[in-house]
Amino acid sequence: MIEIKNLDKYFGNDKVLNNISLKIDKGEIFAMVGHSGAGKSTLLRCINGLESYEIGTLKVFDKEVKNLSTTELKSFRKDVGMIFQHFSLMQRKNVFDNIALPMQVWGFSKDEIKVKVDELLKLIDLSHKSTAYPSELSGGQKQRVAIARALTLDPQILLSDEATSALDPNTTTSILDLLKKINKELGITIIIVTHEMDVVKAVAQKAILLEHGNIIGQGEIEDLFLQPDKKMKKFLGEKEVIPEDGENIKLYFPKEIAQYSIITHMARTLNIDFNIVWGKLEKINNHVIGSLVINITASDKESVTQYLDSKNVTWEIL
Amino acid sequence: MLEKILLPALWETLYMSLSSTLLAVIFGFIPAIALILTDKNGLAPNIKVYRVLDVIINTLRSFPFIILMIILFPVTKIIVGKSIGTTAAIVPLTIGAAPFVARLIESALKEVDIGVIEAAKSYGASNFQIIFKVMIVEALPGIISAITLTLITIIGFSAMAGAVGGGGLGDVAIKYGYYRFKTDIMLYTVLILIVLVQCFQSLGDYLYKITKK
Ligand SMILES: Nc1ncnc2c1ncn2[C@@H]1O[C@H](COP(=O)(O)OP(=O)(O)O)[C@@H](O)[C@H]1O
Ligand SMILES: [Mg+2]
Repeated sequence: MIEIKNLDKYFGNDKVLNNISLKIDKGEIFAMVGHSGAGKSTLLRCINGLESYEIGTLKVFDKEVKNLSTTELKSFRKDVGMIFQHFSLMQRKNVFDNIALPMQVWGFSKDEIKVKVDELLKLIDLSHKSTAYPSELSGGQKQRVAIARALTLDPQILLSDEATSALDPNTTTSILDLLKKINKELGITIIIVTHEMDVVKAVAQKAILLEHGNIIGQGEIEDLFLQPDKKMKKFLGEKEVIPEDGENIKLYFPKEIAQYSIITHMARTLNIDFNIVWGKLEKINNHVIGSLVINITASDKESVTQYLDSKNVTWEIL
Repeated sequence: MLEKILLPALWETLYMSLSSTLLAVIFGFIPAIALILTDKNGLAPNIKVYRVLDVIINTLRSFPFIILMIILFPVTKIIVGKSIGTTAAIVPLTIGAAPFVARLIESALKEVDIGVIEAAKSYGASNFQIIFKVMIVEALPGIISAITLTLITIIGFSAMAGAVGGGGLGDVAIKYGYYRFKTDIMLYTVLILIVLVQCFQSLGDYLYKITKK
């Protein structure tokens, strides 16, 4: 659905995106993660033509975005909704009129607009606020209105630029749930830009990690978090604290493996003792994945690793 | 005295100020929109057009009003048929105030949240729609303040125009108060002007308040 190849982007002499290549399939929730200034927003804005790019190709629905004429670009944007960190609602229009504006711009009839907006108000659970002004709404409610506005033209793709970054954790969860629902029920492909790992873990299926305009990691979320490589670890800021003597073995538990019984089963089968010295369990996309570091005496190393291999558990010696 | 002198003068002042304000707003709006469009962060950036407009507006604004009025005598004569009188005063008042209005409206439009404009772009609004359906709607309270300020400034200038034959309260103040030492008439005109300005300011504030959400 979206295919980017060797894309470079400059602001003046500053190269802010370097050799970006990625593919996003229909129906995915795809995250672009990175620290502030990494180039996430710029990359996102290239997708709907809010930013231009000089080198490389960026195809959406098999069309090269930079080659679209002004008119083509406008109708292309009907298919690509967008939401923003600070909601970007019109202060002087009430909820209904804010949501209705894209349809007014595209010349829909009053009746069509009414039907669609009422339907969306139900979806975002704000039917009772249709005559309220943005200044009378909470942050979460404003973002819901912005989401409804982005859906009025029945887009196939929804771009989200730090949509939850101005919200508290509970509100963030409710907005993310809404996005998941939209993805599932309406089949809309969603691209999320965020600097918050928790957001990625909660909703995304795939992600890229951006740093200084470069993709430094990319793949399925479970893989990225379960077995983070050096750069990913650095980004996550994690470092295990482990004993100096003995052998430290790190076990990874992907979603298929019932982690607890393996540990106890291993102790019983091999009849050995070991210490659990580090561990982490995380909920990613509604399932739990985790890792555990155990400390064993050097002489047990072979039997333990053999056992783990026999159970298909991924492990590494730290 | 009140009915014979002051009341007609009040009407003349109102007529001059309100018509000039209306025309100045119309003529000021066009360059304001051109400035907003061609600004380096605007919807259709064009440094050359922006610079030219910028210089013209600054030049017009730097003319003292009295000088502008005298320079414009021939132009006024072509438009109105005479260069002196209440209707004739509308020409220099409009031309003097239009660049002022352009600046005020430009800055009111600049206040509009960039995010709102980006959002409009993101759902495929044209530049025309962004200006008229988004920016002007959002900037309305600011535009109302700008118009209020313009009207009040023009009332002041119209008194000056009156002094050189434009009629209105300024004319009365000079004729009776200054040349004939009728202090009471002078005082009344000043009082009327104060009340007038106060009324328009309150009206402007009220409109600002109900449009600001
Ligand atoms: N309009 C612009 N003009 C010049 N530089 C910009 C502009 N927008 C962003 N940048 C620069 O590009 C880099 C990437 O910015 P951005 O995409 O906003 O990062 P992120 O969204 O990851 O925080 C930053 O160094 C930023 O300063
Ligand atoms: Mg950003």
